[in-house]
Amino acid sequence: MHVTRDFSHYVRIAGEGIKHIDLAVEGVHCAGCMAKIERGLSAIPDVTLARVNLTDRRVALEWKQGTLDPISFIDRLAELGYKAYPYETESAEATEVAESRFLLRCLGVAAFATMNVMMLSIPVWSGNVSDMLPEQRDFFHWLSALIALPAAAYAGQPFFRSAWRALSAKTTNMDVPISIGVCLALGMSVVETIHHAEHAYFDAAIMLLTFLLVGRVLDQNMRRRTRAVAGNLAALKAETAAKFVGPDEISQVPVAAIHPGDIVLLRPGERCAVDGTVIEGRSEIDQSLITGETLYVTAERGTAVYAGSMNISGTLRVRVSAASEATLLAEITRLLDNALQARSRYMRLADRASRLYAPVVHATALITILGWVIAGAGWHDAVVTGVAVLIITCPCALGLAIPTVQTVASGAMFKAGVLLNSGDAIERLAEADHVIFDKTGTLTLPDLEVMNAADIPPNVFELAGRLALSSHHPVAAAVAQAAGARSPIVGAVEEAGQGVRAVVDGVEIRLGRPSFCGAEALVGGATLDPEASIVAFSKGTEKVILSVRQGLRPDAQAVIAALKARNVGIEILSGDREPAVIAAAHALGIAEWRAGVTPADKIARIEELKQRGAKVLMVGDGMNDAPSLAAAHVSMSPISAAHLSQATADLVFLGRPLAPVVAAIDSARKALHLMRQNLWLAIGYNVLAVPVAISGIVTPLIAAAAMSGSSILVMLNSLRARNASREIV
Amino acid sequence: MEILVILVPLALMLGLAGLFAFLWSLRSGQYDDLDGAAWRAIADDEPPQDAPAKR
Repeated sequence: MHVTRDFSHYVRIAGEGIKHIDLAVEGVHCAGCMAKIERGLSAIPDVTLARVNLTDRRVALEWKQGTLDPISFIDRLAELGYKAYPYETESAEATEVAESRFLLRCLGVAAFATMNVMMLSIPVWSGNVSDMLPEQRDFFHWLSALIALPAAAYAGQPFFRSAWRALSAKTTNMDVPISIGVCLALGMSVVETIHHAEHAYFDAAIMLLTFLLVGRVLDQNMRRRTRAVAGNLAALKAETAAKFVGPDEISQVPVAAIHPGDIVLLRPGERCAVDGTVIEGRSEIDQSLITGETLYVTAERGTAVYAGSMNISGTLRVRVSAASEATLLAEITRLLDNALQARSRYMRLADRASRLYAPVVHATALITILGWVIAGAGWHDAVVTGVAVLIITCPCALGLAIPTVQTVASGAMFKAGVLLNSGDAIERLAEADHVIFDKTGTLTLPDLEVMNAADIPPNVFELAGRLALSSHHPVAAAVAQAAGARSPIVGAVEEAGQGVRAVVDGVEIRLGRPSFCGAEALVGGATLDPEASIVAFSKGTEKVILSVRQGLRPDAQAVIAALKARNVGIEILSGDREPAVIAAAHALGIAEWRAGVTPADKIARIEELKQRGAKVLMVGDGMNDAPSLAAAHVSMSPISAAHLSQATADLVFLGRPLAPVVAAIDSARKALHLMRQNLWLAIGYNVLAVPVAISGIVTPLIAAAAMSGSSILVMLNSLRARNASREIV
Repeated sequence: MEILVILVPLALMLGLAGLFAFLWSLRSGQYDDLDGAAWRAIADDEPPQDAPAKR
C-alpha cells in the first residue's frame, strides 16, 4: 500500500511565487540549536527564508513555489534531531499577539509623552520657587498640554474601553477610577492653565498611564507566552489520520482536512483522531483516555470508535462520522460548557479590591470638596483640592500590585515545569485545600513499562527488545524501549494478534502471547499483577515472561507525602477498575479513593466537596476528566493529557515527575501572599498621602514623587516571588 | 530666553524621533523574539559559503 504525507493544508502563499509555512519545533533551547536549524534549512536549494523564533519555539520557512514539498523540511529537521510539525495560528493566539502589540505601542507613546512633559515640568517646579516669568510658565503648561492630551487620548484607550465596558454592564473595575482620575486631572489642568495658575497636573496624569501600561504589558506578555507554548503543544500532538485517497492508496493528512464520510486506516499502535464506525477489520482498542478503563475492548465491524482510543492489535478501516472539532463526545462537551460557565463567576482579587476601592476614593474626594466649601473656601479651590485627592489616590501601585507578581511567579513556575493556561489560576491555586487525582496517566505514567526487567537475564532481554522492534503493538514498543533496542532482527514475521517470531543462529525466537510462545505453564505458576499485560519470550526451550504495565510516576509517593505535610486533603477518583485503584492508593498511602467513576460522578463528587466549602484542585489527564477539570476550583493536567483536558486545565505540567504539582502550589501560595502584601502597601501609601491631599498642600511635584515611589516599591516587592522555595518535596 | 525657541522644538523633535524609532522597530517585528535576539547578537557569523578555499 502506498502512503504519502500531505501538509498542503498548512502552506500559504506569501507573495509572488513564494510559499510560507510555520513549524512548531520541539527541543530548541539555545543559540546553538537556532544556528544549526537555520543553517540546515537554508542549505536546501530554493529556500528563501528560514528563521527560528526562540521565544515561541517556531521556525518560519519560505521557498520558491513548485519546487519543494513541506515534508522535506520536517524530514530535514528530524535528521538534525528536532521533532517538528506544521503550526496553524489559532485565532485566539492571533488576537493575543495583536493586543500585545497595541499595548506596546500605547506604552511607547505614553513613555515618550511622560519624558517630554517631565522635561517641561521640572523647570516649572524650580521656576515656581525662583524667578520664572508667568508668561514662560504658561508657555510651558500649554506645551505640556499639547503633548499630554493627544498622548493620553491614544495611550489611555485600553483603560477607557475597559472602564466603559464595565460601566455599561453596570459593574465597576479597576479601570473606572483610573479613567475618572486621568480625565479629571487633564481637564482640571487645562482649566488651570487657561487661568494662568501655578500648578498643572499633566505630568501626573500621563505618568500614571505609563506605569499602569507597564503592568498591562507584563500581564499580556505572560498570557501570550502561555498561548504560544500551548499552541505548539497542540501542533506537536496534532493528530494526523491515514485517509484513503484511492482504493489502495492512503495519504497521511492533518485531522483538520478530514471530513465525515471519509474512510481512514487505523494501524496497530495508532491513536484514533476521529469519531467513526469500524467497517472492516478486527482489533482490540484501549479507551482509557475516554473512560479511564484500562482493560481493552474488542472492536469489529460496526463498533463505534471515538477520538482518543488507541488501536492495539489489528488494522481497522473506519468510516468517519464526525471529524476535527466535532469529534468529542457530545456528553462530555455539554458537561464541560456547564462547568466552565460556573467557574467564570470567580471574581479576581484585583476586581474585588477595586470594588471596595473606587467608592471609598470617590466619596473621599467629594467630602473633601464639600468640607472645604463648608470651611469657607471658594468653589474653585475646593474642586482643585478634590481633584488632587483623586490624582494622588489614583490606583497606580494598585494596578501594578497584581500583574507584576503574576508575571514573576509565572516565570518561576515556567522554570519548575508548569505552564499557566489562565490569568487568575495563581490566585485560585493558592486557595486549593483538597486535591483530587485521576489515576491513569496522572499518578501513573502514560507509557507502559516492563515491571520485572530486573529479573530477566540482560542478553535475553536485549534479544526480546530487538525482536519487539518488528511489532507495532504498544506492549512490544514498551519492551523495545525498556531494553534499549536499536537494530531490528532481519526476517522477523508478525502474526496478527499473536506475536512476532524470527530465527537467529538457527534457533527460533518468539515474543507475544504466552500461548504463542508455549509459556502458559509459567503464567499459571506465578503470582501476577492483575493490572499488567503479560507477554512471553522464548528462545528455543528457554522461556521468560514479561509483565508490562503503567508504572507510578517516580516521585508520586514523595509528592503525596509533601501534600499531606501541607495539610491538603487528597483523594483518587478513577474510572478504572477497583483492584487497580486499590493497588495505587495503597502504594501511595492515600486513604480516600473511588473506582469505576463516570465523568458525571466525578463532577458530583466535586460539587459535594464544594458544598462543604473545600476548594478543589483537580489533577487529571483523560478526556473523561475534562468536565471535572472545568468544574473544580482550579485544575492541572500533565503535558501528555488529551487535547481537551489540556485546553480546559488552568495549569499544565511537563515531564515525568509529579513534583511540579507541589511546586506550583507553593509558588502560587507565595504569590498570593505577595499580591496581598502589595495591595496593603498600595493602600498604606494612600492612607499616608490622602490627608496631605485633603489639606490642600499637594503640589504636582509631591504627586509625581509619591506615585513613582509607591510603584517602584510594589515592583521591587513583586520580584521576591522569583526565589520561590527550591525544596519541593 | 530666546534660546527656548530653538531648544524646546529641538527637544521635542528628538523625543519624537525616539518614538518613531520605537514604533518602527515594533512594526518590523523586533520584539517578537526577545530570547532569540539576545543570542543572535553573540552568535558567530555564518561561514562564507562556496568561498574558494584559500591556498
